[in-house]
Amino acid sequence: MSARKIRVMVAKPGLDGHDRGARILARCFRDAGFEVIYTGCHQTPEQVAAAAIQEDVDLVGLSCLSGAHRILFPRVVELLKEKNASDITVIGGGIIPEQDFQMLYDAGIKAIFTPGASLDSIVDWIRASIQTRDEHH
Amino acid sequence: MYFSDETQKKSRRLTEKWQDEVQETLKSNPDRKDRFSTVSDLDIKRLYTPEDLKDVDFARNIGAPGEFPYLRGNQVTGYRGRHWTFRMFSGMGSARDTNARWHMLLREGQTGLSTAFDFPTLMGYDSDSPKALGEVGKCGVAIDTLEDFLELIDGIPLDQVTTSMTINPPATILWAMYCAAADIKGVPLAKIGGTIQNDMLKEFIAQKTFMCPPEPSIKLISDTVEFGAKYVPRWNTISISGYHIREAGATAIQELAFTLRDGIEYVEDVIRRKKMDVDDFAPRLSFFFNSHIDFFEEVCKLRAARRIWAKIMRDRFGAKNPRSLWMRFHTQTAGCSLTAQQPYNNIIRTTVEALAAVMGGTQSLHTNSLDEVFCLPSEHAVEVALRTQQILAEETGVVNTIDPLAGSYFVESLTNEIEEKTWEYIEKIDAMGGMIAAIEKGFPQMEIADAAYKFQRQIENKEKIMVGVNKYVTEAQHAVPLMEIDEKMGEEQIKRVQDVRRKRDNHAVKQSLTDIRTACKSGANVMPCCIEAVKNLATQQEICDVYREVYGEYRDPGLY
Repeated sequence: MSARKIRVMVAKPGLDGHDRGARILARCFRDAGFEVIYTGCHQTPEQVAAAAIQEDVDLVGLSCLSGAHRILFPRVVELLKEKNASDITVIGGGIIPEQDFQMLYDAGIKAIFTPGASLDSIVDWIRASIQTRDEHH
Repeated sequence: MYFSDETQKKSRRLTEKWQDEVQETLKSNPDRKDRFSTVSDLDIKRLYTPEDLKDVDFARNIGAPGEFPYLRGNQVTGYRGRHWTFRMFSGMGSARDTNARWHMLLREGQTGLSTAFDFPTLMGYDSDSPKALGEVGKCGVAIDTLEDFLELIDGIPLDQVTTSMTINPPATILWAMYCAAADIKGVPLAKIGGTIQNDMLKEFIAQKTFMCPPEPSIKLISDTVEFGAKYVPRWNTISISGYHIREAGATAIQELAFTLRDGIEYVEDVIRRKKMDVDDFAPRLSFFFNSHIDFFEEVCKLRAARRIWAKIMRDRFGAKNPRSLWMRFHTQTAGCSLTAQQPYNNIIRTTVEALAAVMGGTQSLHTNSLDEVFCLPSEHAVEVALRTQQILAEETGVVNTIDPLAGSYFVESLTNEIEEKTWEYIEKIDAMGGMIAAIEKGFPQMEIADAAYKFQRQIENKEKIMVGVNKYVTEAQHAVPLMEIDEKMGEEQIKRVQDVRRKRDNHAVKQSLTDIRTACKSGANVMPCCIEAVKNLATQQEICDVYREVYGEYRDPGLY
């Protein structure tokens, strides 16, 4: 069980093409020893949720810089729940104003990382949270 | 030779003496760090001297403004004749909201318009498409039909103000709307001026606003070039863009090399596909660059850009018209250099970047607003950004003489170095079989990904500094008032497009879409059919759906 690598999916929901951050994170997660799936841009929430389940990931990292996060992020969580996959942790990042944090937490987004968050801090957060999840299982 | 033998000799002696003193000084006062480099990671020497310019021939390599190789600018009189165009990229919410912002900017002394569209418009979806969920009016203005477009340009004198439109896959359609609007307002096509970005190669490379595969995407671009050369002679039909390549994490050299190589690809396609003479369309090709935070690197990049393009057009394509050799470009300060932390510092960054663009001889400039790291700019923030340009133009005196940094040992040396390294990339892509082949291999995409990742690591280990991010960090919040797009706006826009679909002549729409489909299949120019279709109130997605149906869709390969 402990030998299993952490499986992470980096996803770009919506029409936003700003993928510099998402691609840097995908590479950083790979360097950190995670198994990484990167969806590429322009995914619908339905595509993101379906891919997360099919790929059996532990965590989905959503990236959005267009302002559509308020609608798209909660929708991904909702779809995972509908498909009995609430055990997949969902985190988000991009250009997210602080006043939106609470509504995203309430919607089930477990953490939000905005510009300036260090790569290491994101990796550390994932290691800590995903281990917790494995212990429960 | 730039300097006489005598001068070189003296310079060598002085430099040797100085080097000895440096060695002595370093023993007691070591440098702050081992390596000094540009933001793109080019090594910079401690000192540049006449020896760095020993191979420079003044007439051949530097020359005069308005003369080959155009290093010192296209215009014989530089900014003494006229300033660059103050052109703020702007668009938000509905056409009506954006029109109000445009009039405000023109009142405040802006001299050209530049349109930011929302993501659904950029990607060829109507506001009521499921794909548009949450995105309508967010990153720019939502335009579904000619009715929206007419509201957008309400009160704008189309024969006096030039308008730039950042639009790529649906460029034919938005340009068709502009042409149709001019027609409705009684302005002849020969009198309208502006730019459509219409550069698909950089979309595959960096910006990711794509729709159809590369080959048909380029066909549509060549259609616009041909149509413009015939009927809209003051229009720049492609704005070959390095801006987004740089924002995606490229170095200055990658930005320059990939942009110029994209330019070559477009010129080749028009010559081959449309059998046009290069001088019949090259004068209307324009460029768009980023001005990043490393001042000298940017000045040198822009100067080098003009010289390389002039050589490409003359030597590779045999262009004869001097205007074909001109690289005319718009510049935007670097969004990616701005920080969410201590946002007021962004005004300073933008000022330095704008100055670099001016020292590089830009024809047109957008200055980012301090709050653009969070969202579209507020009216107050955009006014400060516009004033930044106006202060540079009117107060600082930097425009008094042409290309004032020319002749600097450092500037000419770095300009040469950037040019050499740019040619290396261009040759490499030539050897791959051109830019489309290189994109299919993932070459430019991965080069940029490598550079972006390297830079991020350099920020993390403080090898490169961003004030407020990895040095001089404060806990204090400097909140700026942000602009919000009313959530109701999206619903209203959806209602608008649905109303248009109900009231228009749907038979005429169907016929014009059939005409576009026929043109796509036969290889005919789609522009005349597009103008007819938008006049009949076809929506932009309806036309894009025809493109998708005939040409297929391109999906992000998701390289990292």
